[in-house]
Amino acid sequence: MNRRKIKSPSDLEKLRQEILAKRDPKKPRIAICAGTGCLALGARKVITTFKEELKKRGLENEVEIRETGCPGFCEKGTIVVIYPEGIYYLQVQPGDVPEIVEKTLVEKKHVERLLYTDPATNEKAIHEDEIPFYKHQMRLLIGNNIKVDPKNIDDYIALGGYRALAKALPEMTPEEVIEEVKRANLRGRGGGGFPAGRKWETTRNAPGEPKYVIVNCDEGDPGAFMNRALMEGNPHSVIEGLIIGAYAIGSHEGFIYVRDEYPLAVENTSIALGQAREYGLLGRDIMGSGFDFDVKIFRGAGAFISGESSALMSSLEGKVGAPKPKYVHTSIKGLWNKPSNLNNVETWANIPLIINKGARWFTSIGTEGSKGTKIFALVGKVNNTGLVEVPFGITLREIIYNIGGGIPNNKKFKAVQTGGPSGGCIPERFIDTAVDFDELTKLGSMMGSGGMIVMDEDTCMVDVARYFIDFLVDESCGRCVPCREGLERMSEILNDICEGRGKEGDIELLEELSEVMKDTSMCGLGRTAPNPVLTTIHYFREEYDAHIKEKKCPAHVCKALIEYYIDAEKCTGCLACLKACPEGAIAGEKEKVHVINREKCSKCGICYDTCKFGAVIIS
Amino acid sequence: MDEDKIDKIIEEHRTDKSELIPILQDVQAEYNWLPQDTLRYIAKRLQVPLTDVFGIATFYKSFSLKPRGKHLVRVCLGTACHVRGGPRILETAERILGIKTGETTEDYKFTLESVNCLGCCALGPVMVVDNEYYGKLPPTKVEKVLHKYGYTSLSSGKGGET
Ligand SMILES: Cc1cc2nc3c(=O)[nH]c(=O)nc-3n(C[C@H](O)[C@H](O)[C@H](O)COP(=O)(O)O)c2cc1C
Ligand code: SF4
Ligand code: SF4
Ligand code: FES
Ligand code: FES
Repeated sequence: MNRRKIKSPSDLEKLRQEILAKRDPKKPRIAICAGTGCLALGARKVITTFKEELKKRGLENEVEIRETGCPGFCEKGTIVVIYPEGIYYLQVQPGDVPEIVEKTLVEKKHVERLLYTDPATNEKAIHEDEIPFYKHQMRLLIGNNIKVDPKNIDDYIALGGYRALAKALPEMTPEEVIEEVKRANLRGRGGGGFPAGRKWETTRNAPGEPKYVIVNCDEGDPGAFMNRALMEGNPHSVIEGLIIGAYAIGSHEGFIYVRDEYPLAVENTSIALGQAREYGLLGRDIMGSGFDFDVKIFRGAGAFISGESSALMSSLEGKVGAPKPKYVHTSIKGLWNKPSNLNNVETWANIPLIINKGARWFTSIGTEGSKGTKIFALVGKVNNTGLVEVPFGITLREIIYNIGGGIPNNKKFKAVQTGGPSGGCIPERFIDTAVDFDELTKLGSMMGSGGMIVMDEDTCMVDVARYFIDFLVDESCGRCVPCREGLERMSEILNDICEGRGKEGDIELLEELSEVMKDTSMCGLGRTAPNPVLTTIHYFREEYDAHIKEKKCPAHVCKALIEYYIDAEKCTGCLACLKACPEGAIAGEKEKVHVINREKCSKCGICYDTCKFGAVIIS
Repeated sequence: MDEDKIDKIIEEHRTDKSELIPILQDVQAEYNWLPQDTLRYIAKRLQVPLTDVFGIATFYKSFSLKPRGKHLVRVCLGTACHVRGGPRILETAERILGIKTGETTEDYKFTLESVNCLGCCALGPVMVVDNEYYGKLPPTKVEKVLHKYGYTSLSSGKGGET
C-alpha cells in the first residue's frame, strides 16, 4: 500500500477522518482473535471457514473480517466478536461458523450455546461488559486488542492512535513530557517498579551521545504473557510510547528486544514498524517536528537472565547476555556504554494514555504508591484463566473469585504465586490484600511482571519451591558464587525433601543459604531467588515438616512419597486402567477388582485419570 | 557446509560482531542446528575469536550444537503448565519416543525438548510440535499428536543427544 507521509498533527487528524469516512460503522464485521493462544486452539481454521462461508453466500463484500490480537480470555478461545452489535462468542470451532453466519449475520439472532453462560445462574451474557471475566476489569491497555488488526496501522489511527505523539512533539518540551510522566508516578511494569519518569530524566541528563531507548519484551517469567499480548495485539501502542519517550530523553535510536519464543510478536511488530515508517511516524523529521527516530527489532535467543537490564544490553551488543555489576546504572552507561533507557512493554504502552489524558487522570486510578492499571496473567487452578487488567488496589479475592470465577472442581484455594521466580506464594489468609507494588512486597512476594498463579489443595508447596529453584539453577548465568552455589545447594536440599530424603535441619539450612544469597548476589536473579523458598517455608512450614518428618506429601504430588492403589469397593472391573497403563502394572479381569503391581508402577498417574469411578486412589 | 549460503546470510546483516546472534539465528533456521564448520567459518568472516562464537552458541538455549530431528517436540514446563501437569506430558512423550528430554530419536525423526513458557499459559499444559501448538493436552492424547507427525513405534529409541 502506498502511504502518504504525515507531515503535521493536522495531517494525522485528516488521515483519521479519511479512514473513518471509508468505514461504515453499521457494516457487519467479524473480529476473530488470531493471537498465539487462539491459534493454538485452531483459530486459523475458524478464519478460513468464515471466509469460505461468506464467499459461498456471496457476502464477502457485505461483511468484513478482522484478525485481531489477544483480548485476554484465551482459555475460552477461539474468540469471535460480531460487530456492530458486539456479540461475544466463545470457544468457536470451525463447525460453528455456518450457524453464526446464518443466524447472527443473516437473521440477526444469537447462537445461544456460544455465548458465555454463568455457571451458577445459567444466565447468558451477550456483550463483553456482561461477562464477569471482563466486567470487573479496567481494560485501558488491553481493551483495544479486539478492536484492531495489529497488521493494519489504520485501525490504530482510527481509534485515535498517535494522537499523543501529535500532542507531545509540537506542544510539549522534552522536559514537560518527563514532568508529566513523573507526575503520573508511572512505575516500571517489568518487575522492580522503579519510577519511569525519574529513570528517563537520568538518561536525558547523562553525558554522552547517542542515547538509546529500549523495549524489554523478553518476558522471562514462565507463566506471564501480557507483554506478548500487547506486542502481538497492539504493537503501535508500545511504539507510540517509545517514540514519545525517545523524544523526551533525546534519543534517536531504539530497540525492541523480543523473546525468541514469541514469533508472532516479532512478525506483527516488524509489520507495525514498517507501516509507521511509511507514514513518517518513524524516520526523519517526524510529523514535521524536526525530531528523528527509528527502531530495530532484536530477537532474543532463549535466556531468562538476558531480561535483566545490563544483560539485555550485552545481548544487543552481540555478546553473552549476562549481567554486569551495578556500580554504574545502565541509564547512565548502558548499550555500548552510552546512556540507555530500558522499560518494559507495558510501561511504554502506558505513555500515550498519560500524554493524552494527563497525569491527574492517571493518578486518580490505583493506590497511594501504585498508579494506573496492571495486567496480570491469571493462570493455574482457576476457572477463568487469561489476562486481566485491573486498577491497582483491587484485592486478590476480587481477581481470583469475581474475575477468575474461583477454583475449579470444588477444590480448596491454597495460595497464589505472584512475581514469578523472584516472587512468593501468598496463602489464603491474605486473600483480601489490596494488590499493589508495596503490599505484595510486604508479604514477602513481589509484583514482578504480573504473573499470578493460583494453586489449590492439590498443589504441593515444597514442589513449587523446588520448581522455581530448579528453574533458576538452569537460568543463573553462574558468574557469581553465591547465586551459582547457593542455588545448587538449595536445589539438592529441596529435591531431597521431595524425594523422601529430607533431614532435620534442612529448613534452617535453606533459610541460611537464602540470607547469604540475598545479601551477596550480584544481580536481581540471585538476590530474589530465595523468595519462593522463604515464603513457602514461612506460610506452609507444616508441609515441609510432613515431607521431612513423616515422609508424606499432603498434596499427593511428590512421586517418591505416594503410592497408587485401587479401592476394591469402588472398582467395577471395567478394564479401562489396565489398558491405559503404559507399564503393564495393572492386573485384573472383566468385572473383577483390579490391582496395581507396586514393583512395576512408574506412578505416571494415567490410571488415576482414566478411572471414571474414582476407584484409583493415591495415598 | 555451503559457503555461499552462509555468505548470503552474513551479507543480509552487517559483517559486524554485534550481528553475531541474528546471524547464528538465521544459520540455525537454515540447518535446524549449528554445525561446527559453520561456526568456524562465521568466526573467520566476522573476525571474532572462535571461543566467542562458541560462547554465544552455548549460552543461549535456542541454539543447538547437535543435529536435531525432523520434528522438534517442545513441552512447556513454565509455571502455569507445571501446576497443570506439564511434567507428566513430558514424561509421557519421553516414554513414547523412548528418549530423554534433549535427545533425538535414532531415525532423526523427533527431537524432544522442554521450554519455559510459550506465552499461551491459559491453555496449559502445552506441547508444540514444529510450530503447531497443542493446548489443554491430556497425557493420554500425546501419542495421537505424535502420530500426526509420522510417529510409529519404530521411531522410538535413542539417537544422539542435542
Ligand atoms: C533475572 C532478571 C530477569 C528480568 N527479566 C525481565 C523481563 O523479562 N522483562 C522485563 O521487562 N524486565 C525484566 N527484568 C527487569 C529489568 O532488569 C528492568 O528492570 C526492566 O526491564 C525495566 O523496565 P521497567 O522499569 O519498565 O520495569 C529482569 C530482571 C532480572 C534481574
Ligand atoms: S546473581 Fe546469579 S544470575 Fe545474577 S549475576 Fe550472579 S550468578 Fe548470574
Ligand atoms: S478404571 Fe477404575 S473401575 Fe475400571 S478397572 Fe480400573 S480401577 Fe477398576
Ligand atoms: S489468544 Fe485469543 S484470547 Fe488470548
Ligand atoms: S507456562 Fe506453559 S505456556 Fe506459559
